[in-house]
Amino acid sequence: MTTESKTMSPPSEHGTGETKGLKSYLAAHMRDFGLLFALIAIMVFFQIVTGGTLMRPVNITNLFLQNSYIIIMALGMLIVIVSGHIDLSVGSVMGFVGALAAVLIVNEGLPVPVTVVLCLIVGGAIGAAQGYFVAIWRIPSFIVTLAGMLVFRGLSLWLLEGQSVGPFPKNFQILSTGFVPDIFPAAMGEGLAGLFGSRNFNVLSFSLGLIAAGAIIQMGLKKRARNAQYGIADEPTGLFWARTAIVSAAVILLMFKLSTFRGLPNVVVTMGVLILIYAFLTERTVIGRRIYALGGNEKAAKLSGIKTERLTFLAFVNMGVLAALAGLIFAARLNTATPKAGFSLELDVIAAVFIGGASMSGGSGKIIGAVVGAFIMGVMNNGMSIMGIGIDYQQVIKGLVLLAAVFFDVYNKNKQA
Amino acid sequence: MTTLLEMQSITKEFPGVKALDQVNLAVKSGEIHAICGENGAGKSTLMKVLSGVYPAGSYDGEIHYEGALAEFRGIRDSEERGIIIIHQELALVPQLSIAENIFLGNETARAGVIDWHEANHRTEALLLKVGLKESPTTLIDSLGVGKQQLVEIAKALSKDVKLLILDEPTAALQENDSKKLLDLMLELKAQGVTSIIISHKLNEVRYVADTVTVIRDGTSVSTLDAKQGLSEDQIVRDMVGRDMSDRYPDRDRRAGDVLMEVENWNVWHPQHLERQIIKDISMNVRAGEVVGIAGLMGSGRTELAMSIFGKSYGRNISGEVKLHGKTADVSRVDRAITAGLAYVTEDRKSLGLILDETIQFNTTLANLEGVSKRGVLNDNDETAVAEKYRAALRTRTPSVFQKVGNLSGGNQQKVVLAKWLNTDPEVLILDEPTRGIDVGAKYEIYAIINELSAQGKGVVMISSEMPELLGMCDRIYVMNEGAFVGEMPAAEASQERIMSLIVSEKE
Repeated sequence: MTTESKTMSPPSEHGTGETKGLKSYLAAHMRDFGLLFALIAIMVFFQIVTGGTLMRPVNITNLFLQNSYIIIMALGMLIVIVSGHIDLSVGSVMGFVGALAAVLIVNEGLPVPVTVVLCLIVGGAIGAAQGYFVAIWRIPSFIVTLAGMLVFRGLSLWLLEGQSVGPFPKNFQILSTGFVPDIFPAAMGEGLAGLFGSRNFNVLSFSLGLIAAGAIIQMGLKKRARNAQYGIADEPTGLFWARTAIVSAAVILLMFKLSTFRGLPNVVVTMGVLILIYAFLTERTVIGRRIYALGGNEKAAKLSGIKTERLTFLAFVNMGVLAALAGLIFAARLNTATPKAGFSLELDVIAAVFIGGASMSGGSGKIIGAVVGAFIMGVMNNGMSIMGIGIDYQQVIKGLVLLAAVFFDVYNKNKQA
Repeated sequence: MTTLLEMQSITKEFPGVKALDQVNLAVKSGEIHAICGENGAGKSTLMKVLSGVYPAGSYDGEIHYEGALAEFRGIRDSEERGIIIIHQELALVPQLSIAENIFLGNETARAGVIDWHEANHRTEALLLKVGLKESPTTLIDSLGVGKQQLVEIAKALSKDVKLLILDEPTAALQENDSKKLLDLMLELKAQGVTSIIISHKLNEVRYVADTVTVIRDGTSVSTLDAKQGLSEDQIVRDMVGRDMSDRYPDRDRRAGDVLMEVENWNVWHPQHLERQIIKDISMNVRAGEVVGIAGLMGSGRTELAMSIFGKSYGRNISGEVKLHGKTADVSRVDRAITAGLAYVTEDRKSLGLILDETIQFNTTLANLEGVSKRGVLNDNDETAVAEKYRAALRTRTPSVFQKVGNLSGGNQQKVVLAKWLNTDPEVLILDEPTRGIDVGAKYEIYAIINELSAQGKGVVMISSEMPELLGMCDRIYVMNEGAFVGEMPAAEASQERIMSLIVSEKE
C-alpha cells in the first residue's frame, strides 16, 4: 500500500513516469492481475497440450455446464467466508436437495415448478438451521457445518434408499441442459454460419457477447473517470486498455464459440445473472458493506450498530438456497439423483473462493475473484481429463495449485508490509 | 537488614517517550516494599525491567541483586534467581487443575513422564502454606479470583521465591479476600520472603508496607519509611505532583439544559453472575457540557459506558436512560445510535476500527443509511462525507482511500471520531480519547471536543489522566469499584481531592 500512496501525490495527472507507475501499480495489484493471467495461462496451456480440444465449442459448452453449480455455490461461499465463517456442508446439502427433487418429481409425481420452489425453501431452511447455531449460539461454523455435512450425506442415502432415482421429465432437465432459443431470424444465423464456416450460428448469444464486452468497457471507463475526479491512484492508461481489451475479447471469443454450437445454455444465463446480482450486492449495497465490516472486525462492527448475528444467520440462509439451486442443476444435468452426488464438492467450492483471493480470517474477497477461481479449477479439471491424466494426479495438482495461490497472496502481503 | 535489591538510575526509553527517567529503588531483605503511583507513572515498566522482560542492555542504569550486578536477559533468568511477578491479569490456565498450573513449565517429571502423585502431594503442602482449602485436582475455572490469586502465590512459592512482586493484587478482590491476601503477605514476610506490592489502595499500603516508594511521570519522587509514620496525604501529594501546565485549549463554558440522564443503573458481570459491576449509578449531562468520569483502571468506567451504549456489556442491566427528559431505548447498539448516543471505544484498534479497510469505509460505517438510497450505496456521497470529516478534523492522510491501519494513533482516533460525528449524536461518550496519542494530536482532539460542546452536544469523558479531566471538564464524577463516590465541579476539583476519594475505602 505504501507504493500506492507514493504514486498518489500528483492527483489525476498521468503521463509522468508511466513506466514506474506501471510497475508499482502492478506490484500493488499483483493479486488481481495474477489471477487473471493465471486463468489465461492455464487456458492457453491446455489449449496447446490438448491439441485444441479445450476451446472447441462443444467443450466450452461442457465447461460451463460442468462448473455452473460450483460457481453458483462459490457465490454463497464467498459471502460466508467474507463474514468470517466456512460452510463444509454445501456438497451434502446439494446432494440432498437433488435427491429430494428426484423423490418428489419421479416417485411422488409433483409438478416441476412446485418442486423447484419447495427445494429452494428446504435449502434455505437448512441454511437457517445451521446459521442459527453459528450466529445465536456461537458454535464455530466449522463444527456446525461438519455436522451438517454428515447429517445430509446420511439423509440423501436414506431418501434414495441407496438407489439412483431418475430419469427426470424434460421440463426439469432444461434447468441445466436447455439452451436459450435464438430470437433472430433463422436466415441471419444461416448466413453467419456460412460466413464463419460453422454448421450453425446462434445470433442471440453472439450479440449478447458483444453487448457484454461493450458493458465491460463502459463500466471500466466510468470507474476511471470517477477515480480521476477524486485523485485515486488509477492503473496506467496502457494497462487499462490492455486489460480491458483482453477481457472483452475473451468474452466475445467465448460467446462466439458458444454461438457456433447450440447457443447459450440456460444455466449460463442463470449463472451470469446470479454473478451480476452478487457482485452488485457485495460491492454496492449497504448489506454487502456490512458483511465486509462483520468479517473485518466483528466487535467493531457490532459497536457500530450492525446486527452481526442477523447478518451471519442470513449468510448461511443464502448459502443454503444457493446450494439447493446447485443441487437442482446438478440433478438435472445428470438426469438422475445419486446418493453420491455432491461428494466432496464443498472442497472444490471452498478452494475456488480461496484461489480467488478471499482471506481465511474474513473481511476480504471478491465475487469476481471467486468466479475466476472456480474457472481455474474447472479448466484444470476439464483439461486434465481430456489429457487422460488420472484422478490421482489431478487431486495432487489441484491441491498444489490451491497452496500456490494462497502462498502467492501471503508472499505479496508480506512484501508490501 | 541488608539490601536485597537495588535498582540504580534506571532509564528506559521507547521511541519518542521516556518511560523511566533515573528511577531508584532499594528493597531491603525481609521487608514489604510498596510502590505507589498513578496509571502510566511507570510502575509496570520498572517491574518489566526488573524481571528481564526488557532485557539487560535495553535500558540504562544498574540492577544489583543479592549484592551483585544482575543482568537478566529474560523472565527465565530472573525466575531462576527467585524473582517472581504475579501480574494483575492472572496467568493461569483455566482448564487445568491447581496442581497442573502450579507445576506448569516446571513439571515434576522424569524423562518427560509426570509423576502426578508427587505433584499433587507437593501442591497440598503449598496450598496449606497459603491457606487455601482446595484439592490439588480442582480446576482453576471453578475458583474465584481471590482463590486464583492464592494459587499464583503457591506457584511462586513452589519456585523458591526470594522476591515476590504483586502487581495490584487486590484490584479484583472483595474486601475480605483482600484482607486474607494481605495477611498472607505478612505471614510470608515472617517466613523471610521479601515482597514488592504495587497498589493504589493506600489503606492497604499502610497495613502491610515497611517502605513506600512513590513514582510519578517515570521518576522516583520519594521513599517513605513506615517507622516514621505513613501519611496518606503525603503519598497522594507525591503521587499526583503539582505542575499543571497550559495544555488544554480554552473553551466557552456554559452548560444548557439537561440532555441525558442515567438513573439507578445496575449491571452484573456477563459470566460471574454474582458480581455486580455497576452499582446504582445516576448521572446527568447538560447540553454543551463536558462531564468527566475519573477512576482507576478496573473501576468500571468502561463497563458503565458500554452497558449504556446498547447494552454492549453485562447482564441483568436495570435502570433508565433519558434524553431530553424522555426515556430512551438503548437496548441495542443501533437503537442507542438512533436515540442519539455515540461511544468512542477505549481500544480503537480492536473495537473502534476495521484496520484493513479505508478511511472512507470506516467513516461511513455507523451511518450507511446516510450515504445510500434503498440499500444501494452512493460512492460519491460516501467520498464526500469522508472528505468533509477529513478536512474538519484535519486528519493527515494522502487520501480517504488510505487504509486506516497505516495511520498514526492520533489520525486513527480522528477517523473513529469522524465515524461517530457522522451519526450526528447528541451525547458522545469518549473512553480514554487520548490514550497512546502524542502531545500535539492530543491538543487537536481536545479542540474537537471543545467544538462539539460549543455545538451544544453533551460529552462524557472517561480518562485515567487526571490532569486531562481537570483541564477539559466542567464537572467530574469520581468512580470506584463500580459506584460513584463523588461529584464535583471541575473548578473545585484537584488531583489530591479525587485521589483521596478513590483511595479512601468506603465504610
